[in-house]
Amino acid sequence: MIERDLVIVGAGPGGMGAAISAHENGVKDIFLLERDQYLGGILNQCIHTGFGIDYFKEVLTGPEYADRFIKKINAIPEIEISARSFVTHLTKDKVLTYFKPGKIETVKAKCLIMATGCREKTREMTHIAGTRPSGIFSAGLAQKLINIEGLLPGNEVVIVGSGDIGLIMARRFTLEGAKVKAVIEIQDKTRGLLRNVVQCVTDFDIPLYFNHKILKIFGKDRVTGVSVAKVDSCMREVAGTEFKIDCDTVLISVGLIPENELIEMAGVRIDKKTNCPVSDETNKTSIPGLFVCGNAFKVYDLADSVSKDSELAGKLAAEYLRSAG
Amino acid sequence: MKKNLICIECPKGCALDVDIENCRVVKVTGNQCPKGETYAISEIEDPRRILTATILTKGFPLKLLPVRTDRPIPKARISDAMKAIRKIRAISRVKTGDIIAKDLLGLGANLIATREL
Ligand SMILES: Cc1cc2nc3c(=O)[nH]c(=O)nc-3n(C[C@H](O)[C@H](O)[C@H](O)COP(=O)(O)OP(=O)(O)OC[C@H]3O[C@@H](n4cnc5c(N)ncnc54)[C@H](O)[C@@H]3O)c2cc1C
Ligand code: SF4
Repeated sequence: MIERDLVIVGAGPGGMGAAISAHENGVKDIFLLERDQYLGGILNQCIHTGFGIDYFKEVLTGPEYADRFIKKINAIPEIEISARSFVTHLTKDKVLTYFKPGKIETVKAKCLIMATGCREKTREMTHIAGTRPSGIFSAGLAQKLINIEGLLPGNEVVIVGSGDIGLIMARRFTLEGAKVKAVIEIQDKTRGLLRNVVQCVTDFDIPLYFNHKILKIFGKDRVTGVSVAKVDSCMREVAGTEFKIDCDTVLISVGLIPENELIEMAGVRIDKKTNCPVSDETNKTSIPGLFVCGNAFKVYDLADSVSKDSELAGKLAAEYLRSAG
Repeated sequence: MKKNLICIECPKGCALDVDIENCRVVKVTGNQCPKGETYAISEIEDPRRILTATILTKGFPLKLLPVRTDRPIPKARISDAMKAIRKIRAISRVKTGDIIAKDLLGLGANLIATREL
């Protein structure tokens, strides 16, 4: 079996930043696995500005932010990139199995950094009653459809949850000609950044309902509407406040969960509530030499924070390899 | 007249108190840095936004090329700008930062590619 000094899974800002930092700290053999055909991770679909203000002191879009790292990585011969490589298995000895078009490969890592990012929470996790028609999307999926595939998933949209992705998609749908009828937030304030409320919702006069929740989704084949009601401080529905909004699309934007099934498979201790590795030190896990960085370690609001976190991961990996000899 | 604004220049989102006289900003408080004042003046006197969008490509595996204006454009012209952007196609290779359309609609901003094609 081929053994590599450092294997990194995921080429979002986390994995790319870790690879660059590991190289800067002296690691000479770095193998970067990414399931997509492009590097950049979630940044590629985040075409809005709001990246790099901290890290580069510049206002960049997601793809521009990614581009800075991609250029650096491509200029480092010691980093070997394997794209279209989907890691499906991981053992406690850091043996990885991955699929590439037409083949299955295994590789053993002396040191491993997992930078697999997050996935979105789904409707099933938010307990909305009603039918199961088409037209219900997670906000990030809708973002991918619009920004990468060029498909508009609906014309009249209600967004559940006021996280950043939901707010950003409210503007995106509006700019693409759809009507965003409401953003519904159960809490008394936004879960996202205030700047996104201003530039994505207020700018376009989109109604934003705080202390409200979706009771039910209607529709047989396609969504036809939702019912909404006010909630009290215990999140209970207030009688008599229910109203209906007609729409053909519902976006769910209720948060992210770290993607850590592979390290769980390898026996890393995971906090079942957050799906983060149990750890008292950033990037470390219960298995020595197996590090986790970026959104897989902890849900960061900003890519800039992921970049800082990943610098540390690269450094820790280099230290581990040095001490392991 | 007094107005409350949220500064959108960085993730801190400072709450600004703005004193306005005859449609001009005379005083800004609540900002944690000078950008907040610049933002408040612009937001009251001439509100602008950077516009981000995508354009269709022709003959490339990537279906869409993400683009943006290289400086903020008047808020009131965003929907016109979107109409114009929708008609543009990316037909040749570009690098991040390359100009796709010069001086879009005469608004004083170029449309630039934000990804390599
Ligand atoms: C919709 C949205 C909007 C955002 N807006 C902003 C913003 O305005 N400003 C800001 O600063 N931040 C924003 N963020 C946050 C920021 O983008 C993320 O924090 C950052 O991209 C996370 O980086 P990452 O490398 O940890 O994960 P990701 O970018 O998700 O990268 C993970 C990578 O791992 C790969 N991968 C996963 N599993 C496997 C596997 N088994 N095998 C191989 N490869 C695998 C994935 O394909 C992906 O490329 C936003 C995030 C989202 C989702
Ligand atoms: S005033 Fe300065 S610190 Fe406050 S939100 Fe604006 S740019 Fe950020």
